[in-house]
Amino acid sequence: MAEQDWKTSKRTFAAVSLPTLFWVIVFFLVPMAIVWLYSFGENRGLTEIEFSGTLDNYKRATEWLYLTIFGKSFAVAALVTLICLIIGFPVAMAITFASEKWRPWLLLGIMLPFWTNLLIRTYALMMLLGTQGFANKGMGALWEGTSWIKTLVGLQPLPTWEPVQLLFNNFAVVFGLVYVHLPFMVLPLYAALDRLDRSLIEASLDLGAGHFRTIMRIVVPLAAPGIIAGVMITLIPALGAYLTPDLMGGTDSQMIANVIERQFKKANDWPFGAALSFLLIYAMFILIAIQSMRKKVPEVR
Amino acid sequence: MTDPAKPIIQIQNVSKRFGKVTAVDNVSLDINAGEFFVLLGPSGCGKTTLLRMIAGFELPTEGRILIDGQDMAGIPPNKRPVNMVFQSYAVFPHMSVADNVAYGLKIAGVKGGEIKDRVAEALDLVKLGGFGERMPDQMSGGQRQRVALARSLVMRPKVLLLDEPLSALDAKLRAQMQFELSELQEKVGITFVTVTHDQDEALSMACRIGVINKGEVAQLATPSDLYEYPSNRFVADFVGSVNIFEGKLTLDEPDKAAVDCPGVGKIYLNHGVTGPHGADVWIALRPEKIYLHVPGEGKAVKAAAQDAPDGYNFARGKIKGMSYLGDITLFEIELESGARIRVSRPNLSRHDQEDFTWDDKVSMHWRADSPVVLLG
Repeated sequence: MAEQDWKTSKRTFAAVSLPTLFWVIVFFLVPMAIVWLYSFGENRGLTEIEFSGTLDNYKRATEWLYLTIFGKSFAVAALVTLICLIIGFPVAMAITFASEKWRPWLLLGIMLPFWTNLLIRTYALMMLLGTQGFANKGMGALWEGTSWIKTLVGLQPLPTWEPVQLLFNNFAVVFGLVYVHLPFMVLPLYAALDRLDRSLIEASLDLGAGHFRTIMRIVVPLAAPGIIAGVMITLIPALGAYLTPDLMGGTDSQMIANVIERQFKKANDWPFGAALSFLLIYAMFILIAIQSMRKKVPEVR
Repeated sequence: MTDPAKPIIQIQNVSKRFGKVTAVDNVSLDINAGEFFVLLGPSGCGKTTLLRMIAGFELPTEGRILIDGQDMAGIPPNKRPVNMVFQSYAVFPHMSVADNVAYGLKIAGVKGGEIKDRVAEALDLVKLGGFGERMPDQMSGGQRQRVALARSLVMRPKVLLLDEPLSALDAKLRAQMQFELSELQEKVGITFVTVTHDQDEALSMACRIGVINKGEVAQLATPSDLYEYPSNRFVADFVGSVNIFEGKLTLDEPDKAAVDCPGVGKIYLNHGVTGPHGADVWIALRPEKIYLHVPGEGKAVKAAAQDAPDGYNFARGKIKGMSYLGDITLFEIELESGARIRVSRPNLSRHDQEDFTWDDKVSMHWRADSPVVLLG
């Protein structure tokens, strides 16, 4: 039969999936396997690596120094995810309950930053946060204004404005990562909230619950799949963030990806870099495994 | 206890506009305490909007709504003494049946022991005793509706609002639930206000029905009055099946009247109409009120009716359509003029449907008190 469903025809299925399969194997699995092999290798000269099967790289990667950097990366990523969730949830709710006319524009607004390269967005943020940046200038102007008003009513003027250090520290890294990852949080939340039966919310109000209680006891539990998806999709890339801590962080705010990068470039220690990379990948595997094992929220239609 | 003589809900000149669309147009009606009131109308007529305004989910553009004498303006849904059963039931899928029913009580600050007792009592009331630990996804649609009912009734509202409560159930279950809802309403004594587009549902459950058409109240009456004395063409046509003929009023005396309907002939009535002579009127005639004569029977009936020529109406025609529905057979009969009349005939014996076939020439009659004269 010519008009056979592609799902039931093995040949069609193979033909359709082959290009994808080829892509995944050649450009993803094979390079990953090579990096994985490197992690058990030893440096022999500048460019030569011997696959000796040693576990030394992993031993070194689990030394206290590196564990603290792992720990810090987790802490930063978790904080970023939490802030994204706290900011993103009301935003997603607002989009869900906006009128039909406004919703596509609001969604576009969320996705608009993706149209600009990450590097350019990061430099734009740096211009905003620098000591001579817009944030500091704005605050300075307010300060001077307040000082001027105080002198006007005969009070002592404020001391001169000292620019606040907003850039090249942990604050800047968290701020930058929140900025970059917020859309990743908002979109799955929106998808989950949009599917929510409105009459469930109305039923809660009807039974005497206020808006806050309705959100906490009805909306949040039922949006849990979206919340978890948003958390994973934010946490994982934030954990592996490289550009933002590199450009916006200070000397003490490097994350694990920056350490890995240094092993492959400046330190020229590919086996050690590979071991660090795989420790990160294992950590992410565990996160994904936990997510897929959680109890599914039953859906009633 | 609320005073039964006083209306529990007063809807006063309420209009609701969504942009340029008027969903509810200057509606005024009173719903009495303890009655089973049904808002009946086609989809999009504004009946659900009216219900949602009582619940507080929509605000009237004009007019006001009073519940138990208190103006509801500015009172949000969670502060109103009414509860609603939603069309989709809106049972919280992440909570057990007992938690669903207890939800409102917990918010109201009722004590744990009392919550337990009242939840059990409410579940017994809707015949779901022992189902408390079940999750909603383990229940059928009918059972979930009972959960929604219990969840609302446990709050002991002054008024229970039901939005198309039976529309998602299959025909058998729906018929059963119609009885159960009526029974339940009598038992708890709470005022029920139901919205439906299903006339059978409305007729079987309601104390009174408000027929809504294009945002306005078309008629407010008891089920039998609505069916037997519709006040306009919309109601006659929407509630039940009907033949409508246009005609002119040619005779109008206190004890008799006649309407000349082109294509059908003169239709006699045994009561006055008190309309202007020659006015355009409409005759509504229910199919079950027309008696179809088996061949040969017509002459005898006509002879017997000779003594009261105005007491009966006669017509002749040819059977053009038949549909056998088991309990009744529906006929479509073409008169000599080409006009068509729908007639229904109960199948009183097991072979009644064999009495007629297509293209049979038949005669029929109906009593002079059967047609309803409609002025609009």
